[in-house]
Amino acid sequence: MSTSLIIVIVLAIILVLMYNSLIAKKNQVENIFGSVDTQLKKRYDLIPNLVASVSKYMEHEKGILEDITKLRADANKPNISDEQKMELDAKMSAALGSIMIAVENYPDLKANENVMHLQHSLNEVEEQISAARRAYNQAVTDYNNAIEQIPTNFMANAMNYRQKEVFEISEGERQNVNVKELFN
Amino acid sequence: MKGLSELTDFYYKALFPTLEELEENRKALRYRVVIIGLIYSLVAFSLAFFIFDQHINLEMLAFFGFGYVGVGAFIYKFLIKDYTYEFKEKIIRPLITAIDDNLNYSPTLHLPQEHFNRSKLFTSSPDRVNGNDYVHGKIDNIKIQFSDFHAEKRHKDNKGRTSWRTIFRGLFIVSEFNKHFHGSTVVLPDTAQSSFGDFIGNWLQSNNFGRDELVKMDDVEFEKEFVVYSTDQVEARYILTHTLMQKLLNYKKRSKHPVHVSFTSKNIHIAIEYNKDLFEPSVFHSLLKYKIAMEYVSTLHLAIGIVEELKLNQKLWSKL
Repeated sequence: MSTSLIIVIVLAIILVLMYNSLIAKKNQVENIFGSVDTQLKKRYDLIPNLVASVSKYMEHEKGILEDITKLRADANKPNISDEQKMELDAKMSAALGSIMIAVENYPDLKANENVMHLQHSLNEVEEQISAARRAYNQAVTDYNNAIEQIPTNFMANAMNYRQKEVFEISEGERQNVNVKELFN
Repeated sequence: MKGLSELTDFYYKALFPTLEELEENRKALRYRVVIIGLIYSLVAFSLAFFIFDQHINLEMLAFFGFGYVGVGAFIYKFLIKDYTYEFKEKIIRPLITAIDDNLNYSPTLHLPQEHFNRSKLFTSSPDRVNGNDYVHGKIDNIKIQFSDFHAEKRHKDNKGRTSWRTIFRGLFIVSEFNKHFHGSTVVLPDTAQSSFGDFIGNWLQSNNFGRDELVKMDDVEFEKEFVVYSTDQVEARYILTHTLMQKLLNYKKRSKHPVHVSFTSKNIHIAIEYNKDLFEPSVFHSLLKYKIAMEYVSTLHLAIGIVEELKLNQKLWSKL
């Protein structure tokens, strides 16, 4: 067998391996975004219930509650892009955070069993979302690295792969929810 | 649960009369062990001299060497049997009760092997296990159990001789975990990355057959010390929050030995590699020595302390 043939075969194998690893990385990102999405949906499902139980008490936070309802409606629209989903998620986290802090000002609300249960469910979902986001960010980092690093960057260029965005994780989220504090 | 300093106080104050009494026994025992050891060695070597008088053959010599050590160990164990029993009943048992009186202690039993097998911490399954000092019970309503554990695998060489290779030797702890999960997540000491550097180490880790998917964690210090494999990328991060990663790092630092952690079948499993039998009485050093005392006190505190240290008692709402 001539040397040139061997070189061609080796090159072909390398190209196939590079191609496959890029595909695997892209699929991993999509796959994990799927689990982020599932968790986000779980949280959106809790919202009507939450708004219904707190709106009776909350006078000053009517605006935030309306925002939350609107955000949920936006998120449920068909055909929104991944970037939009991420943006909505960030806004929703912030809005829910301020509602949870506001609950502290209403003793009746704090003692309400339904609200307490909702808070717990939200906490649990938040933890799941946070885990899914971290997994997504890692998958995106691996994908972005492959797109930028030599030699896979040439292949990625040819395949027209573009960089993806990661979720911004706020400092508050890096800390675990302190369950005890919710009762104080 | 009592703190480490309280326990040390307990050891030196409440147990002091017993320690003094045991100390007398220990000195007498040490004397006996030395004398009998000398006589035994003398007999063995004269016997060897007699046998190997004419022809020395290497294989026979090796066989004799093994026999000498084996019989010697047996005699030693026999000699210290009563002392060991007394030590465990009068020192270790009160120490455990002092930490938490809901705990049961069985000096001769060990953790059931199924816990070791299902932990997925070690890829080879043991052919022989032994151990002792089994402690089990509830702390803050969380089930916990641990014991000294020694798992070995049988190896046969081409001549048909069997030898035993250690898979794990040290402290094995199992406790309920405070979150629901379905898959399995394993946290191991990072040997590849620290010995081969980031690039090759990472490649080796992601191509580790016999392990699940590699999970890269977003905590630099944790990534340096540990490597994580899991059946589920998201679940691994649900279990290993930033807080838990920090706590595991601290725990590893406190234990001063390699720590393996796994989350399988609703439990957290922690294996700390001491590579020796723990909670055994010291024969050649005084029990009153601070270093010896701390070995018993701090090891027990470390094992029982996981519930508090890793906050396993803070149940999440889905588990109520």
